[in-house]
Amino acid sequence: MALSFPSDEWIKELSNQLNASPSYEQSAQDWEGDFIFVVEPDENYPETTHLFLALFHGKSPGAEMLSSPDQQEAEFVIQAPFGTWRRVIEGQLEPIQGMMTRKLKLRGNMMKIMRYPAAAKEIVSCCARIPTDFGD
Amino acid sequence: MWYFTAPQIVFGEDALDELDELSGRRALIVTDANLVAAGLVERVARRLERAGIESRVFDAVEPDPSVQTAQKGAQVALDYAPDWIVGLGGGSPMDAAKAIWVLYERPDLEPAEINPFVKLGLRRKARLATIPTTSGTGAEVTWAIVLTDLEERRKMGLGNRENVADLAIVDPELAAGMPPQLTADTGLDALVHAVEGYTCTWHTDMSDGMCVNAARLIVRYLPRAVADGADMEARERMHNAATAAGLGFGNAMASLAHAMGHVLGSMFHLPHGRAVSIALPYTIEFAARQAPERFAEIGRQLDCSHDEGERGARALAHRLRAFCREIGNPTSVVACGIARADYETQLEKMVDDALNDTQVITAPRYPSRDEMRQLLDHAYEGNEVEF
Repeated sequence: MALSFPSDEWIKELSNQLNASPSYEQSAQDWEGDFIFVVEPDENYPETTHLFLALFHGKSPGAEMLSSPDQQEAEFVIQAPFGTWRRVIEGQLEPIQGMMTRKLKLRGNMMKIMRYPAAAKEIVSCCARIPTDFGD
Repeated sequence: MWYFTAPQIVFGEDALDELDELSGRRALIVTDANLVAAGLVERVARRLERAGIESRVFDAVEPDPSVQTAQKGAQVALDYAPDWIVGLGGGSPMDAAKAIWVLYERPDLEPAEINPFVKLGLRRKARLATIPTTSGTGAEVTWAIVLTDLEERRKMGLGNRENVADLAIVDPELAAGMPPQLTADTGLDALVHAVEGYTCTWHTDMSDGMCVNAARLIVRYLPRAVADGADMEARERMHNAATAAGLGFGNAMASLAHAMGHVLGSMFHLPHGRAVSIALPYTIEFAARQAPERFAEIGRQLDCSHDEGERGARALAHRLRAFCREIGNPTSVVACGIARADYETQLEKMVDDALNDTQVITAPRYPSRDEMRQLLDHAYEGNEVEF
């Protein structure tokens, strides 16, 4: 069954996918740094939503949709409108290109992310593996 | 959306005359000691003098320039207060010049903060001119900066679109003194830029034409430039080709051959162009099963074959190996004289480093850890990739 994006179920499924990925475990084995993905409203999505993803040493120890932006702190915050996130999840926008063109706005040390390209790639691959309902 | 960034480019015979027309007061020439000894720095300084620009020389740039060298150069710039920075040399002096310029303009920044995700606000104190003396790196037109951190013993890929040069002077006379081996290694670097710029996943309609034309020119003129360094037609077309390839891949990206080439270069001190040109055919064969189209396309442009799909991509890999052999360059790591035992000792680190090289992001087929190990193994032995 397709999972609605953005939702608590969707971000938890991403966490599950990462925990099941040997590629991610290997490529992020010394990574430390949690993320908050901020989904901003656009013509197809009416509100701002915050998704929290914990990442530590090749595993994802937790994930949740936040009820308020202050509920969790994270080293990295990436924000973009709903439609841009959809393009990332569907593989139409490579996230590092998205950040270079400021379609995805990052708060945090980008150069730290750039040192883990294989892990970043695997996170995007895991997103693509989630059957996702964008509310069409 | 994407960008195409380029300096004003003055190219061809006597392009160096353009320096006579510069406006300014002071220039800091960033170069290396060999170019001072060869008299090229004096030629540039004389031209600047004719334009009424006094100059000072910072010639401490080493091969694979360090962060510390860039910081020293920036201090010289801060003391001298130039309104032009002139990067003269191969990729190392030009990369150092870019870094020195940024740190001169923005002394508040650490070198590691020079990245594509920030606004630098350059050109308040000076502008940058680049003058290549080799035909290969394309650094005269790219915004990438590679520095080595001596303390952490690692290469840092830096750069921001703002730090592309204002003016690139591409005068073939300055490359005429390259010996055959340097001509071959640097020319192959340009060829790999052209092929990877065309085939990486970040290629664009704007960069494709530069890459295709550069590849055609290199296949035609590099053997002549290697065979006869005094063949000025070949020198000029190679000099132009390297710059065109720089515009191509610099506005797209390099890819897997660069990721592998970087580790081969840093572990075994292979010249960069030699290392990436050894790696390229193996990466093409690896991509051939899943994403052959772009390789087959550029192969057809180079008259490798009229085949499409995997057969076309493999024909390109064969042609590139034959081309390396034609100009006397190796097609495997073992042919570079590196012992198998030494290679095995470093293999796991090479796998790690190659997978964590930023160039790997744009690979048309992304290797797993095991596949990267196999790719490095095949590149060592010279065995075609069939997986």
